[in-house]
Order: sequence, then structure tokens, then C-alpha cells
Amino acid sequence: MSPRSHAASRILLPALTGAVVIALWYGIHFYLTPEMRFLLPTPAAILDAFREHRAVLASATWNTAQGALLGFGLALVVSSVLALLLSLSPLVRTSLYPYLMALQMTPLPVLAPICVIWVGAGLNSVALLTFVIAFFPLVVNTTQGLISTDRNLVELFALYRASRWQQLLRLRVPAALPYFFTGLRIAATIAPIGAVVADMNAGSSAGGGGGLGFQAVIYAAQAKYPALFATALTTCALGFVLNAAVLTLAWLTLRHWHDAYERRDR
Amino acid sequence: MAAAPLVEFRGVTKRFGDGPVVLDRITFSAQPGDFVSLIGPSGCGKSTALRLLAGLSPVTEGELTVAGRTPDAAAAELAYVFQEPTLLPWLTVAHNVDLPQRLRGVPAAARAATTRRVLELVRLGDKAAAYPRQLSGGQKMRVSIARALALEPRLLLLDEPFGALDEMTREHLNEELLAIRGAAAWTAFFVTHSVAEAVFLSNRILILASQPGRIHHEVAVPLPYPRTDDTRLSREYLDLVAGVSRLLRSVPAVPAAARS
Repeated sequence: MSPRSHAASRILLPALTGAVVIALWYGIHFYLTPEMRFLLPTPAAILDAFREHRAVLASATWNTAQGALLGFGLALVVSSVLALLLSLSPLVRTSLYPYLMALQMTPLPVLAPICVIWVGAGLNSVALLTFVIAFFPLVVNTTQGLISTDRNLVELFALYRASRWQQLLRLRVPAALPYFFTGLRIAATIAPIGAVVADMNAGSSAGGGGGLGFQAVIYAAQAKYPALFATALTTCALGFVLNAAVLTLAWLTLRHWHDAYERRDR
Repeated sequence: MAAAPLVEFRGVTKRFGDGPVVLDRITFSAQPGDFVSLIGPSGCGKSTALRLLAGLSPVTEGELTVAGRTPDAAAAELAYVFQEPTLLPWLTVAHNVDLPQRLRGVPAAARAATTRRVLELVRLGDKAAAYPRQLSGGQKMRVSIARALALEPRLLLLDEPFGALDEMTREHLNEELLAIRGAAAWTAFFVTHSVAEAVFLSNRILILASQPGRIHHEVAVPLPYPRTDDTRLSREYLDLVAGVSRLLRSVPAVPAAARS
């Protein structure tokens, strides 16, 4: 397959799948008896819901995005510092890992009320909870990267009497980047999900109003099912955007040297 | 009168912790300009000898000097070419060559000029902006050699640098190495498994025996430099290769019980 037809098929094939899915969707909708059709609103009905609720959905999206980005950013900073600390010695790792694991093992809906009593419902809690779940894959992967430096390269730096600082900045950190981006991709996938779940459990309509999770709870309670589906699609889109941003950043950073980005048509 | 030796082993013994003796009372000295090849069975301590010279590992007993100092104090006099190209994949060829100079605090302007010069020397001037993954195995090794030469070492340590390359590339790089050397007569210690390569490159060959690692035989290679492709066809060269091969075969086999 030539590169051009390959690129074309990358757009064409998913578009084709999309068309089949929509056709099936309508098929199922009209197969259902009229009184059961609320179970699966048609794409047209969902589009209508988007139009009708666009102001609410836009503000909910903005609130959730804020929480997700704040938590994600905080996780990024804290995990990088902690990974550097953990990479110093196996002793530090053995001492701290069980507690990091414990934090990760506690389900978010259980942590949510604790966050609420600490920092109040709303954005603070959503950001804090997002931080908790995005933090773990980042710290684990970055630490792994920092301690997996090629032994030969470490030897090279020892040979030329590099200082610890030079070894860290010129060798360990760049060598850890592929691992870091693996963690970042996982974090970018779960951060929006975390933010929405956090919002369902610790969201608040006070101030700027609730986020997407909060809104989903309300639409479900009000039996506004097309709007509920529209909310689901919006959370999905938010996840895609954050993922695309991280993938682009990884590509820009690693494309020249990492094997995962090697051009196949060479 | 002979010049002061650049490298001197005086009864050098090396063992790791309580393990077996890796090198046993090695006594040997190399003059400036010597090209010394170390050849011998696996586990004879060839690579360990280079690591001692580089100050990467301490001598257990005896005395080892480089330019009259301990290897650690003489670190600035030497450069090392590893078995693998050992390039940083995220740096361009030029930045890889630049790196050890930078670590040693060479000013930027001088570094740029040196990097250009050594890359020309290994005929990779046009690859300065390429990344290692875009190069062939032989080209990567040439970058690795250029990186070592950029430090203008008096002593160059090469640990089986061409072992992973095919025969054609290896022979080609052997010739290139000697041609480059014509320009700056560094002293070389070269570890290899190839008798032909050892004879072609060196003026002295140390045949080592293993367990414990010790000098089994030293062979002088009187072939005149410069050596070229034609050298490989000469009677003298072929006789030397046969002679060294025989000596290598006479290295006593390690008793099965002593093998780990």
C-alpha cells in the first residue's frame, strides 16, 4: 500500500465504520416498540438535545475541563518530583510504594466525600480527585524510566567523569521520556473520566454550576435521555482532545529518535 | 634510549570481591605510539584490563600507571570505544560527538571545530545532523570512534569495537582506523577475538590465557606502517596470522571443574 492510499484509508475506514454504526443505531431504534424507543434516542434527537442544552453543556464542559486540567497538571508536577526522589534508591521506593498503591486502590466514590469535607464540593474536590487517579500511572512510569537507563550509557558518563547532575539532566531524564509519555497517555485517558466521576460524587452546582458528571445525574433524574446521551458524547470528546494533545506532544518530542515513531516507508 | 612508557602494568592483579582472580600478576609496558592488541579466550580478562586502564574499576594488587599517574588521575588522557556504539539516541551525530567534550568543559567554539574535524576524519561530515537510528552499524561505530578522537586522547582504549560488524565492514574500518591514526599517533589498546584484525592493526599482540587471566605470549608484528588492503595479501602477514593462531590454540584449555 502506498503512503497516500494508506493515509486515505485512515480516514475512509473509520468513516465507513461510523456510517454502519449510525445505520444500525437507527435500525435498533425503529425495531423497538414506540414506547421503548426512549432507551436509544436517534442521533438526530441527540443533535437536537445538543442544540437545546448547548449553554448548559458548554459551561459544564468548561467546569469539568478545568477540574481535569488542574488535577492533571498537579499530577504532572508532583509525580515528576516524586519520581526523581524515588529513583534515588531502592530503599526510598520500598518505603513509599505501598502507600502510593494504597492511594490508587481506594475507589474514587469513597475518596470523594473525604475530599468534600476537606476542600469543599465543586472544583477543588474534582481537581483533587483527578489528581489522585492521574498521579499513579505517571509516577510509576516516570520512576521506571529514570531507573532503566541503558547501563552502557551510564558507563560512558562515568568514564568521562560526568557529575551526578550532568548524568541526571543529560542522560537519565531524556532516557526516561518514552516512559514518561506512556504514563502521560494513561493519565490523559483517565483524568477526564476521573473528573466526571468526581463531579458525580463531589460536584456542586454552586458558583459556576456543575460539570458534566453533575449534569448527567440531573438529566437522568429528569428523564431527559437525549440530553443524557449528548452529555456522554461530550465527556468522550473531552477525553479525545486531551489524548490528542498528549499524543502530539509525545510525537514532537520523540519523533526523531524513538523507535515507536520510526517511519515504515523508508 | 626508550621514551618513558605511557602505560605500565607492574604485577597487576584483579579480583572482584571474593571471586576468582581475573587478572594474575600482569607485567607489561607500552611505549607511546604502540598499538597493542589483546586476544585470548573468553574470560581471560581482556576487557577487565581495559576497564582498569580507564579507571572504571580499581586494581586489587600491583601498580598500574598511565602517563606516570594512576588511571583515575590520568582520566583526561584517555578515551574509550565500547563494544556497542553507545550513542545517545536522542542526540544528533554532531551532538553525540560533542558530548564528552562538553562533559570535560571544553568551550563551545572549540567543540564545534573539533566535532566538524573528527566527523570529516571518519567521513561522516554529511551526517552531522542525522540521528543514530538513521545510520548503519558501521556508521554508528565510526561516530563512536569520532567521539573518542574528539578528546584528542594520548591513549585510546577499544573494546572489541568491530565485533558485531560483518567481515567486509570490519576490514574496511580497520584500514580507516589506521589511516586516521596516521594523523595523530595515539597509543592504542585494542581488544579483539579476531587474529587477522589483531595482526593487521597492531605492532604488538598480547595473547592471554584464562582463569586466571595472564599473559601467555607476546608477539611483535614487524609489518611496516602504513598498512593497506595489499598488506593482507603479503606472505609475511599471512605467516603472522598463522603463527598467532597457533599460539592462541596452544593456550591451555580451562579444566572443566574450573569453569563456572
